[in-house]
This record gives sequence, C-alpha cells and structure tokens, in this order.
Amino acid sequence: MTLSNSDTNLEVSVWRTRNGTGLYETFEVPAHDNQTILDVVSWIQQNADPTLTYRFACRVGMCGSCAMMVNGAPRWTCRTHVNKVLKHNRLKIAPLRNLPVIKDLVTDMDPFFDKWVSAGGRHEPTRTRHDPIEEIQPANEQRAAADAGIECINCSVCYAACDTVANNADYLGPAALQRAWTIVNDEKHGDRQDVLDTVSAAGGCQNCHSMGNCTALCPNGLDPLSAIAGLKRATMRQFFKRGN
Amino acid sequence: MLDLRLYLAQRLSAMVMVPFVFVHLGVMIYAIQGGLSASEILGRTQGSLFWFLFYGMFVVASSLHAAIGLRVIVHEVTGLRGLLLAALTWGGFVVFFFLGARAVTAVTMI
Amino acid sequence: MKGHYRNHPLWFAFLLHRLSGLGLALFLPAHFYVLGMAIRSPEALDGFLHWTDMPIVKIAEFGLVFLLAVHFFGGLRLLALEFLPWPAPHKTLAAGAVAGAFLVSGVFFLNAV
Repeated sequence: MTLSNSDTNLEVSVWRTRNGTGLYETFEVPAHDNQTILDVVSWIQQNADPTLTYRFACRVGMCGSCAMMVNGAPRWTCRTHVNKVLKHNRLKIAPLRNLPVIKDLVTDMDPFFDKWVSAGGRHEPTRTRHDPIEEIQPANEQRAAADAGIECINCSVCYAACDTVANNADYLGPAALQRAWTIVNDEKHGDRQDVLDTVSAAGGCQNCHSMGNCTALCPNGLDPLSAIAGLKRATMRQFFKRGN
Repeated sequence: MLDLRLYLAQRLSAMVMVPFVFVHLGVMIYAIQGGLSASEILGRTQGSLFWFLFYGMFVVASSLHAAIGLRVIVHEVTGLRGLLLAALTWGGFVVFFFLGARAVTAVTMI
Repeated sequence: MKGHYRNHPLWFAFLLHRLSGLGLALFLPAHFYVLGMAIRSPEALDGFLHWTDMPIVKIAEFGLVFLLAVHFFGGLRLLALEFLPWPAPHKTLAAGAVAGAFLVSGVFFLNAV
C-alpha cells in the first residue's frame, strides 16, 4: 500500500451538533499506512463536508488544542495513529467529555482553564526584575517534583478521562491539581501556602479516588495521580502542623 | 464531596480499623467452624472488657467510615449537596452508631 | 474494549472498592440488628443463627467475607498510594488485594461448610 493510494476505506462516525443536540454522521475516508486521527478529521472537512468544525493548531503535540474522544477514549488526535485505536476498521470521533460542546468536535474549554486558575495555577513571583536571580539546584527533590508535571500542554485529555470530574462538578480535576503540585514545589513561587489552602477546600484534591484514568491516558506520559497523592500528603501534613 | 476534614476522618477511621478488621476476619474464620450459636458467641464476649472496647471502637470507626463513604457515593450519583448532604451524612452516622452500640452492649454486657 | 479509558487495573480496583464499600455499608445495619437480638434473648439470636446453616446463606456469607477482605486489602493499597512517599507498583498491589481477598474468603468458606 502506498501513501497516496488506498484500496480500503475507514468507516468514520463523527459527532455533529444539530438543533441543540446531536448525532453521529458516518463518512468513508481513504485509509493510509501512516495516518493520524487529525488527518482523518481534516480529510472529512476538506473533501466531504466543509461545515465540520474542529480545533487544532500545531499538529505536532505541542499546543494541546486538538484533543477529542476517539473510540471511547480521549486522545490528542494529531499524534494518535489510526492503527493504534482502529476497531473493525471503524472510528468513532466525538468532542471531549466533561466539557460543554460548542459545535461538532469543538468544546468550550473555559471550565477547564477556570479550574486551572482557581487551583492556584498562576505564578506569584518572589522577587522583582531588579533583584538577583534566585539559584535553584536542578537536582534537589522539590525541583524534581516540580519538573515532573511541567510538560503539561493543557490538552484536557485527563480532565475528559476522569470519572470523578464527570460526577462531581466542583472537582478541580487532574490537570489543575497537578499544576498546583508543581507550584507547591516551586521555590520561586511566592504564595505556596495559599495553593495548599485552595486545593484542600471542597472540590479539592481530597475528592480524587485514585482511579488513575489521568495517568493512564496522559499523552505526554505525565502522572497526575501521583501529583494529587503528593498534594494529599502535603495538605495533611500542614493540617497536623497548624491544627486546622 | 469531601473537604480536608472529612477526608482525614475517612482515612484515620480506616487506619484505626486495620487491626480491628484483621482480628475480625480471623475470629470469623475461627468461629464459623462447626456452625454458629448464641451461647458460643456470648460465652466468648459477655462480661469481657477487652471485647467491649474492641467492638466499641470498631463500631465508632466503622460508623464514621461508612457514613462518609455513603456521602461521597450519594453526592456523585445524585448530585445532592449542601445541608441535605450534611444531614444525610450525620443521620447515617447516628443510625450506624445507634445500631452498633446496641449490638455491642447486647453481646458484651449483662 | 480496546482503547477505552476505563480499561485498566486501577479503574477496576476503584470500582471494586466502591461496590464493596457500598455493599458493606448496606450490610452493616442488618449485622448490628441481628447481634442486637441478644439483648432481648439469646434464643432470638439462636433462631436466626439456625437459619444461617442453609447452604445458600453460606454462599452469601462467603460473599460478605469477600467484600470485607477486598475492601480491607484495597484500602491498605490506597493508604500506601496516598501516604507512602515512594512510587508503589500500583497494578501489582491492586491484583494482590483481590488475590488476598479470595484467599481469606476461601478459607472462611472451607471452614464454614
């Protein structure tokens, strides 16, 4: 089989919004040896139905904007090979779970980013530009813990995979909590105490049931499950130290 | 839905129950041999301060643990929150604790 | 279910822990109530215990011991995951919890029949 010609077609069901609800519409898409889910969606938009709405930007797994539900699981579509997820020559592509749908495959990611910010994800500096740069040892334990979560691209795959997010609207979710754990371990962050307080309120890290969908599905191989366990330990230690 | 205090209550009651459940499993395997009878159970437990304290603390911890566990399930399945959820949690605790305390007094006292 | 997001050991461990916990919480009031019968008379308790000699009840008892054991071992696994700072081999521990629960409830069952 060559790259350009194909004898077989994939049967691709795509979620389309119609009159406030939606339905799956099926397309025949030429199969190729090397083909990503995003290639398939783009082929439909360019060759079958130009009104299909989807979101992507970088196409190389950097920007975190193209995640969708593919055959039941959230995936970054630009780097998910069709062969990895194909079942009986069929693909079922839907917008990310746990987020409101705007149109077709595009979700409103505001709740995801709002929780990211409300979990204390914004950096508070300890020094101004006039101060000398603080020296951080890359090998120290705290820095290693911060580094472990720093490659998050905000794709929301973990948020869509989490059943606790699905059932508990207040729960901050794996990405926001992993960010909080990064900040708590960042010696250059000015208000680490505030982050610990935020993540131990209602909706915080204590709601996690360690089902591990986040770590199992993270496309960058990060481990929010362990980051949240770290927050549970840190908030508990603080509770016994302060007595409240 | 859990905050830090409820979470700690849930985990601490779990830790307290580790030795209790371990012994309870052992006693069950031992006591089931040859069938159960009231005289056998009561002969072991009645008038024993050890079993009174053992089952008494077990009842307190398990009532708390079960009430908080049910709270989480009810919230995640029905979306119930606020005062009603709190009432269900503490109401559940009271029911578990009352029935448990009655059982402990029945098998260890008199 | 190739590729489905729940198709991994830790999610099944979560499901088992939730279902066993729910089962135990529902069983607890009945368990306490029956033991509380001794407050009225040991005969009332004996009357009930006689009923537990039926084979079907023995199988139900096996189920209850399994629920307790699997919630016990699963809970130990969660405490280790949350409170011990080193990364544990979670999947192995989850499988071990189920194996341990079968062992305990199996021994109970063999002693019961």
